Amino acid sequence: MLRVALRGLLGRKLRAVLTALAVILGVAMISGTFVLTDTINKAFDSLFTDSYAGTDVVITGAQAFETDFGQPPPFEESLFEEVQEVDGVDAAVRGITDFAQLTDKDGGPITTGGAPTLGFGLDAENPAFERFNPLVLVDGEWPVGASEVAIDPGTANDEGYVVGDTIGVRARGPVEDFEIVGIAKFGSVDSIGGATVAYFSIEEAQVLFEKDGRLDGIQIAAEAGTSASELISRIEPILPEQTEAVTGEEQAQEDSSDVEEFTSFIQYFLLAFGGIALFVGAFVIFNTLSITVAQRTREFATLRTLGGSRQQVLGSVIVEAFVIGFLASVVGLFLGLLLALGLNAVFVEFGIDLPTSGTVFATRTIVVSLIVGTLVTVLAGIVPALRATRVAPIAAVREGATPPAGRFAKFAPLFTVLMVAAALALVLVGMFSNALGTGLALGLIGLGVVLLFVGVALVSARLVGPIAAVVGTVSVRIGGTPGRLARDNATRNPGRTASTAAALMIGLTLVTFVAVIAEGLTSSVRDAIDEQLSADYAIVSEDGFTPFEPGVDSTLASEETLTVSPVRGENARALIDSSTGQGAVDAQLTGIDPATITSAYAFAWDEGSDATAASLGETDAVVERNFAEDNGLRVGGTFQIQGPSGDQVELTVAGIYDAPEFWGMLGEVSVPIDTFDGLIDGPRNLYTLLLAEGGASEATTMELAQLLAVDFPGIEIDTQSDFKDRFEQNVSQFLNLLFVLLALSVIVSLFGMVNTLILSVFERTRELGMLRAVGMTRRQARRMIRHESVITALIGAAIGIPLGVGLAAIITVRLSDQGFAFSVPWDKIVIFAIVAVIAGILAAVFPARRAARLNVLRALQYE
Amino acid sequence: MTQTLADRPSFDADTTAVAAHEVARRFGEGDTAVDALQGVELSVPIGQFTAVMGPSGSGKSTLMHILAGLDRPTTGTVTIAGHEVTALGDRQLTLLRREHVGFIFQFFNLLPMLTAEENLTLPLRLAGDKVDDDWTQELLEKVGLTDRRKHRPSELSGGQQQRVAIARALVNRPTILFADEPTGNLDSRTGEDILRLLRDSVDTYKQTTLMVTHEPRAAAMADRILFLADGRIVRDVGRSSATDVLAVMEELART
Ligand SMILES: Nc1ncnc2c1ncn2[C@@H]1O[C@H](COP(=O)(O)OP(=O)(O)OP(=O)(O)O)[C@@H](O)[C@H]1O
Ligand SMILES: [Mg+2]
Repeated sequence: MLRVALRGLLGRKLRAVLTALAVILGVAMISGTFVLTDTINKAFDSLFTDSYAGTDVVITGAQAFETDFGQPPPFEESLFEEVQEVDGVDAAVRGITDFAQLTDKDGGPITTGGAPTLGFGLDAENPAFERFNPLVLVDGEWPVGASEVAIDPGTANDEGYVVGDTIGVRARGPVEDFEIVGIAKFGSVDSIGGATVAYFSIEEAQVLFEKDGRLDGIQIAAEAGTSASELISRIEPILPEQTEAVTGEEQAQEDSSDVEEFTSFIQYFLLAFGGIALFVGAFVIFNTLSITVAQRTREFATLRTLGGSRQQVLGSVIVEAFVIGFLASVVGLFLGLLLALGLNAVFVEFGIDLPTSGTVFATRTIVVSLIVGTLVTVLAGIVPALRATRVAPIAAVREGATPPAGRFAKFAPLFTVLMVAAALALVLVGMFSNALGTGLALGLIGLGVVLLFVGVALVSARLVGPIAAVVGTVSVRIGGTPGRLARDNATRNPGRTASTAAALMIGLTLVTFVAVIAEGLTSSVRDAIDEQLSADYAIVSEDGFTPFEPGVDSTLASEETLTVSPVRGENARALIDSSTGQGAVDAQLTGIDPATITSAYAFAWDEGSDATAASLGETDAVVERNFAEDNGLRVGGTFQIQGPSGDQVELTVAGIYDAPEFWGMLGEVSVPIDTFDGLIDGPRNLYTLLLAEGGASEATTMELAQLLAVDFPGIEIDTQSDFKDRFEQNVSQFLNLLFVLLALSVIVSLFGMVNTLILSVFERTRELGMLRAVGMTRRQARRMIRHESVITALIGAAIGIPLGVGLAAIITVRLSDQGFAFSVPWDKIVIFAIVAVIAGILAAVFPARRAARLNVLRALQYE
Repeated sequence: MTQTLADRPSFDADTTAVAAHEVARRFGEGDTAVDALQGVELSVPIGQFTAVMGPSGSGKSTLMHILAGLDRPTTGTVTIAGHEVTALGDRQLTLLRREHVGFIFQFFNLLPMLTAEENLTLPLRLAGDKVDDDWTQELLEKVGLTDRRKHRPSELSGGQQQRVAIARALVNRPTILFADEPTGNLDSRTGEDILRLLRDSVDTYKQTTLMVTHEPRAAAMADRILFLADGRIVRDVGRSSATDVLAVMEELART
């Protein structure tokens, strides 16, 4: 029996290969994701392990809580001398860690697309330096003097910098020129991704980063016989406030666990797309096997008359599925190695450039890929296999015998309806029930969507007729008789057409869904900006949301025609001890300039007025309505605000305003800039808002650009509409990434369409021969197949696109209380329909050629 | 995993291969109902070569399907080797086929991906029985395909394919072999070879055989000839010449 199954498979090689392709791509995506994220993780791991290789204990600044962009506060340098006196300390080096924007040879910013622009102070003149140093000098020497810098080889290569060149560096103030004295790389890491790294002497770094007499870290090596933990207990007594000592190992682990959180997000994100591709693949497999089983009715019946049992028939189909699934998974597994490179390239293209080292091919990758791929194929084969067992032996002698419907077939319509209902219920419960945890809710939604797709695919068999009648009229109009035949062929076996179209439907549903959501997102942001921003310009960093050094403000303020209103931002905590309060809550803190803010930002006051903001005192705060309500704050009430350093200030609520639910440009708590700067180390701006005399104009924009270009590369000048576009760009960049990833599923469904068409052509060999014999030309035969394919694709689009819009509408309703707008991108939807037509045409190329090439005589004899 | 059937003796299983009692078969319902068989009473003794003849639509195929357990009668019972087929479920029917039934089809029904020899031994493999190489060899010699054993069906002529099918039907030494127009798809010379082969297997192995045919010359090879008309057995004669058979046919056609 095994032999029958395997030989049968060999006899249908083309079919097997096409079926396998449906699995291969999904598995490749899974394996590629694992390979990529493992490789990135390893690169980061070695980056951090190398960094602390010679280090037993690390002293760093300590924060009361973690922030999105902030750094721990630096500490007094005197600690360095004191630490060296501690018993058991063998050697120690100083360190400075910060951010520095570099310029290219034309003085423009070196863009990193979101990757960090790191700046380090190296204690290179310390005799113990090499003990701790994870870096390798590729060229030149370490920076020791003023205006000396070493850079990483990636940046040097990309920008054509060599030792001896001059490079611009911007930290706190305007750009300054530095001489490149060395090129240094991290020991065992091939590429640190898109980040730029600049190394300075400690003294130079202290000046550049305005950390005079202070350090960000001390790395310590213990004497032989002293353990790291022993040393820590000896150092701890001399540690000042806001510093901590941990072992080098712990520090490396902590650093890499932060990164792993990020890479594991990427991992789940990509795995989701692999899962979608596999799910679509399952439809393709199901469909192909169903058709093959139907075509092999006679064969199964003969087996039964020769004494084959139902289980043996079942087994033969399952074995076939297993073999296809397993072989496809093996191919997919290795294809994943290639795909990992491709995925990385896609990510780099979309501005996510991560470090890599030697490719990691973990056992887990192999095991998961093989099991998942094989299992999906076998599961998809179960229904066709069961159908094969229902073939009665008498079908061996009776022409045109079809397997009888299963015992439960009469309940199928009811079952389908129940399934769609249950699917919708799951999606709605997952979305609207607040009692569930995020994980469970997402799980329910995911399961609901999967069921929904299966249910819709089942229902759609009934929609094939009507939809084909509509889209088919076009075929009849432009395709003539072949077009008419194509329409009739598409409706001849509605179940088959429906499940072929379903594979494409899934891709189109998801593509439409994300497009609608993205459209809603951008229009929500646009509305929110329209409501709030009254300034003519917003000065922002490249990506629009990373805070930047406020050095730019004084340059702008020197222009008399400008009103400058900087907005600082940082994560903070509010401590509320009123009876309704909840203790410590996270709060986004912004620092505003009371004198100018009301002309730059349009407050929608609940309590208070623009005068309240203009006369904001040092310990006064303006609070957003939701925050005030959640924490029981009223005007005149007080609460404590705590910065990351742990410092606190008591604030009095001076006014309450309402920000758009979707996005408030200011934080939940806004205080005067001076108060902000007193609380936050290294304060930075979210934006600097500008009003120009005479409003925004092209001339003013040019002037501003000139003003900032030289000294502040990487700082962007946005008019109101630029500012809105910047968010739209961010969204559409992410949207494009999603499209690229979803394209994989669409390609899988394409294979499904090719498969079905080839099988149909094969099945209708005799009929095609007859048509050719009575005068159908090759061209007409090709056209007939092509139209059938396009009709099938359009059925997928006709179901998928409305389904995607519907799902997006449900989410929008869910998010409507957060100001999320519903907006349908009609232009994109038209494009998706066109993509479906193109997919149909592409899928038909090969089957159409087969149909046209039929030898008429042989086709008529075909049995 | 050879399994045997629970014995359910009814007729004399030692001498009767297959028997039908009061068998009727109706297709469809109401106005469009067709009575393909009515009141069929039949007993085929072991070792007998029986031919079934009759005009098109007289119910020959239907009778054969029911006798072979491929189809169920509307009323009545069928017994093969003492087992009441009409009372068996799918599982037991499968076991019965493995042990007692062989088929030869009009369109050969060989599996295209298996070689001649593999097709031949397929029933044994399905049943999980040991393949007896001497027996396989003997059958291949008998059907004259020793040198074609490694060929696929697509590389064999129609007659050769039918000979593989005959060998396949004999391989499990069935109690009864059913053949529905085994020569219907072959030219007359090849058909004659096939018939001689069937006759030979009856003589050599005492192979009980029931064959549906349209050709008087084929029927003339049989020990017994049943004539069907409108779903009833209207004649039951012993060995006859082709001319006699033709005469009966014409007589039936007139009435
Ligand atoms: N599955 C079926 N459904 C409905 N009617 C059927 C079915 N099978 C056979 N019949 C009818 O039963 C009658 C007997 O058919 P059967 O195939 O047994 O005839 P036959 O004697 O074998 O004819 P032929 O010599 O043409 O093969 C015919 O009237 C036929 O139409
Ligand atoms: Mg017949």
